[in-house]
Amino acid sequence: MEEAKKLLEVRNLKKYFPVKTGAFRKKQYVKAVEDVSLDIYKGETLGLVGESGCGKTTLGRTIIRLYEPTSGKIVYDGQTIYDSENHIAVDMLPYRRKKQIIFQDPSASLDPRMTVGEIIGEALDIHKLYPGKAERRERINELLDAVGLNTEHSNRFPHEFSGGQQQRIGIARALAVDPEFIVCDEPISALDVSIQSQVVNMLEDLQEKLGLTYLFIAHDISVVRHISNRIGVMYLGSLVELADSFELYSHPIHPYTKTLMSAVPIPDPDVTRARQRILLEGEIPSPINPPSGCRFHTRCPYATDECKERTPILKDYGNGHFAACHLLEKA
Amino acid sequence: MFVYVLKRIGAAVLTLLLIMSITFFLMNAIPGSPFLTEKSTPQQIELANQKYGLDKPLVVQLKNYILNYLKGDLGVSLKMQEGTDVSKLLFHQGKFELSIKLGISAILLAIVIGIPLGCIAAYNRGSWIDGFLRVMTTVGVAIPTFVLATLLLIYFGVKHPVLPTNSGSLTDFKSMIMPIISLSFYYVCYIAKLTRTSMLDAINQDYIRTARAKGVKTRWIVLKHALRNSLIPVVTYLGPVTAGIITGSFVVESTFQIPGLGKYFVNSILSRDYPVIMATTVVLAALVIFMNLVVDIVYKMIDPRITLTNKEG
Repeated sequence: MEEAKKLLEVRNLKKYFPVKTGAFRKKQYVKAVEDVSLDIYKGETLGLVGESGCGKTTLGRTIIRLYEPTSGKIVYDGQTIYDSENHIAVDMLPYRRKKQIIFQDPSASLDPRMTVGEIIGEALDIHKLYPGKAERRERINELLDAVGLNTEHSNRFPHEFSGGQQQRIGIARALAVDPEFIVCDEPISALDVSIQSQVVNMLEDLQEKLGLTYLFIAHDISVVRHISNRIGVMYLGSLVELADSFELYSHPIHPYTKTLMSAVPIPDPDVTRARQRILLEGEIPSPINPPSGCRFHTRCPYATDECKERTPILKDYGNGHFAACHLLEKA
Repeated sequence: MFVYVLKRIGAAVLTLLLIMSITFFLMNAIPGSPFLTEKSTPQQIELANQKYGLDKPLVVQLKNYILNYLKGDLGVSLKMQEGTDVSKLLFHQGKFELSIKLGISAILLAIVIGIPLGCIAAYNRGSWIDGFLRVMTTVGVAIPTFVLATLLLIYFGVKHPVLPTNSGSLTDFKSMIMPIISLSFYYVCYIAKLTRTSMLDAINQDYIRTARAKGVKTRWIVLKHALRNSLIPVVTYLGPVTAGIITGSFVVESTFQIPGLGKYFVNSILSRDYPVIMATTVVLAALVIFMNLVVDIVYKMIDPRITLTNKEG
C-alpha cells in the first residue's frame, strides 16, 4: 500500500449539526465528526466501524460533500475540493460523477415515483453521458446486467422489488456515471442475512472489474474485515485507530478497539470460552457535550488525568498502524 | 381501469339514492310547510298541497321524486319562482355556470399560489420567509370569509373605489377580482400549509439525498422529486373542496351580489322550496362523488404504488 496513489486526503474534518434546545434557543451543536484525518488509496477498501451514532455515516457523507463540512480540508485526486482555511468550496457537479454513494436503506433511497430506468438514467442525463436514446437505453441495460437484474426490470417501480434487488438498483444507480470512488454506507445492514453475502461479493467483483475505491461503512466487524484492506475505528466522532485489517483484528492497540474486538462473536466455542470479554461501563456520552481531552476517557479502564485534559492525536505506531491514545505514547 | 370506473359509477348511483332519501326525510322534518304564511288560509294550504302532491304519504312522495329523477325530471319550484322547472332554474338561468366560474377560478388560484407558497416555505424552512408565510397562512385560515370580503369591499370598493361593489354576473375581469380573492384566500393558505408539511416530510427522505448524490440541482430536486411525492395530501384535499366551493360560496355571493347557486341554495332552504333543495343537494352530492373519483384516478397518476382495483379480499 505504501507505493499506492492517494486518491482522497481528508484533514481535520469537522461536521457539526446545530440543535435547538429548550425555550431559550441557545445554540448548541451535535459534534458528529470531530477532527478526522485519513487517507484513502486508489483501489483499496477502507472499512469504517464503530457504534451507532459515532459519526461513521456523517463522515462518509461529508467526505463526498453531501453534507457541507463545518471545517477541514478535503483533497480528491490532487484537487482541493474543500478547504475551510482558504475558503475553497468547489462546485461539486463534476465530482458527483467520480464520487458516488450507496445508501443504507435501499427502499427509502429510491424515488417511489420513478421507474428503475428513470432512476438510473437521471444521473446519465445530468452529466450528459450517453446522449443518444439507444445508447442511453443500452447503458441502463448494461448496468442492470452488471448488478444481476433483468433488462425488463427497467420499466418497473422500486416498490415491486425485494430489498436485495432494490439495493442492486441502488448500486447500479451509483455505478451509472462510472465513478472512481464509492462510499458504501452500511449497504447490507438493511438486508436479509442470506442476501448480505451476495451483495458483498458483488461489490467485490465490481471493484475488481472497474477498479473502484471503496469507503465501506458498517457496524458488523466481521463483514468489514472480509472486504477491507484497512479498517478505521471511530468513537464519538473521532478516529481512534486505523490499521491494516488483519493487523487491526489480531493486534488492536487502542483500548476501545480492544473492547470492540472482544465483542465479536467467534464461531468456536472453545475459543469463546477461553477469551475474556472486556465490558465497558456507562453509556456512550452525548455528542453535544463530548468529554474533554480524550473522548473515551469516561469509559476507558486505563484513563489517567492527562487523558481528561489533552486530546490525543492520531500517530503512526509502525507499519501504518495509527492510533490516538496517550498510553501508547508513553509505552 | 374501465371496470373500476364502471363499478364506481354504480356505487355513485346508490350513494345518490341514499342521499336523496336522507335529504327528503330531513327537509320534511323541518317544521312548517312551503305554503305556510300569515295570510294563507287552511283551505289555500290544502289546495296548494294537493296541487303539488304534498298531501300524499311521505313514502309515496319519495318514490315519485326518485322515479321523476330517473326520468330526468327535477320537478317544479314551489316558492321562489313558482311553477318553473327546477332544472331550468339551476342550469338555464346561468346560476350554475356562475358558481362554477367563480369556484373553479378560486380553486385554480388556490392551487397556482398555494402550492408554490408551500414549496417556498418548506425550502426556506426556519428562515424569515417561512416565518412570515406561517403567520400569513395561519391568519388566512382563521379569518372568516365574510370578514375578508367585507374588508375588501370597504377598502377597494368604497374608500378607494377602484373595483365594483356589485359584481353581478361577473361579466368583466374587474368584477371578479374581489369575489375570487375572498373565496380563495382560505384555500390558498390551507393548501400552502398542507404543501409545506408534506414537502418537509419528502425533503427529509433518503431519495432526496440520492438525487443530490447524482448531482441534481436543488431546484430540480424540489420540483421533480420532492413535489411529486408530497402532492398526495393536497390532491386528497382538493377533491371534495372543489365540489364544495362551487355550491358553498353563499357568503361571497351574498356579499358581492352575485346571483349564483350558493345563494340560491340557502334561500331555497329558508323558503322550504322542497324540489329546489332536493335538486341542489343531488347536484352537490354528484359533484363530490365525481371529484372523489377524479382524485382516485389522479392518485394513480402521481403515485405508481397505488393500484385502482378493488379486488375481493
